Amino acid sequence: MKSPVRQFELLRPRTLREALTMLHNESGLVPLAGGTDLLVLMNAGTLPRGTHRFLDLWGLDELRSIRRTLIGRRPQLVFGALTTFTDCISSRTVLRDLPILAQAAREVGGPQIQNRGTLGGNIGNASPAADSLPVLRAADTELVLSSVAGERRIPLADYFTGYRTSVRRSDELITAIEVLVPPGKQSFRKVGTRAAQAISKVVLAAIGKRIALGSVAPTVVRATSVERYLAAGGSEFETARELLTDDIHPIDDIRSTAAYRLRVAQNLLGQLPTFQR
Amino acid sequence: MKITLTLNRKRRTVDVSPLERLLDTLRGALGLTGTKEGCGEGECGACTVLLDGKPVNSCLVPTAQCSGAAITTIEGLAPRGKLHKLQRAFLECGGAQCGICTPGMILAASALPDRPTREQIRTGLAGNLCRCTGYEKIYDAVGVALGTKK
Repeated sequence: MKSPVRQFELLRPRTLREALTMLHNESGLVPLAGGTDLLVLMNAGTLPRGTHRFLDLWGLDELRSIRRTLIGRRPQLVFGALTTFTDCISSRTVLRDLPILAQAAREVGGPQIQNRGTLGGNIGNASPAADSLPVLRAADTELVLSSVAGERRIPLADYFTGYRTSVRRSDELITAIEVLVPPGKQSFRKVGTRAAQAISKVVLAAIGKRIALGSVAPTVVRATSVERYLAAGGSEFETARELLTDDIHPIDDIRSTAAYRLRVAQNLLGQLPTFQR
Repeated sequence: MKITLTLNRKRRTVDVSPLERLLDTLRGALGLTGTKEGCGEGECGACTVLLDGKPVNSCLVPTAQCSGAAITTIEGLAPRGKLHKLQRAFLECGGAQCGICTPGMILAASALPDRPTREQIRTGLAGNLCRCTGYEKIYDAVGVALGTKK
């Protein structure tokens, strides 16, 4: 069922500055990038009430880039918010320094979605099932939020305030994602109904002994109890498996059950190199 | 709003409402009904077209975002009056039954590299659902057209 599209309005800034000015001056503008989340809702007629004005970001090429710098000896990758999943898959920088981001990107939808879906959109949409978020959360990630007043940096750990809510003000845009990559072996596993075109039931990303999970709580979470146990020298999977129940809070929904999600999350934990001996 | 784009190598200007879907513009104002609507939520790939050479779901693309872009639909894939090698191979291999997924399958396949592996074919078509064939004959057809070994 299609929504009557004529009720919608689209503002089309030519520069980031113009976009930020529009966000500042007008109320109720919803940022629109590749449309892979918002147009699904529009087509189904399930956009949140009062959503009918959009700010088109797709033409802002200044938000399309992947840059690498070194901070100390650690690589930092800076992604423009319009970096697509396809950009992540084909970036040699990503493949070298953060290969699990390319892996996560390959498991988002199919090629058609990967060509349009963006990292900024994946964060902005704030779904707990977003495939890129556990990877970004396992690293040290900061988001650059821009407004006419300037920029502020928010650690990804502090960005989400609950299910699909965040600290982003309505006059702000996510313009860049700064990812400092910690040392350590990287792992990523997504479990869904099938390999492609499936929304995840459980996602787990790990870098060294830093472990993040998606689809098992209102937002992406770190397995802090498990991490503390590992940091203190613990290495027994049975203990870590029990501790994980403190870190995640899965629910029953249309895609899975709480019990299944807990069991699978524990199984994925057990497959991490830390527990393979 | 007026949007100018290149459709199947020809410049076209269309008047669209702000969030009109590319799928509706193609099938409506531009009169090209080869692009099919399946699910309307980016799951099935039936509405796949090439946007600047890359497959996208036209049900999730606002036409307004295609200003200045090049769109290829199934009607524009083959030279006038001829079949594209992918279309010929789909015919020869029985790569279509009911046919609704076929335009999207063929356009997604057209973005694959030359001589793709079976795995690359499967991954390249992972965003396209077929409810009839069980996929094997589709993969065979793409392999025949693009020159892979079985």
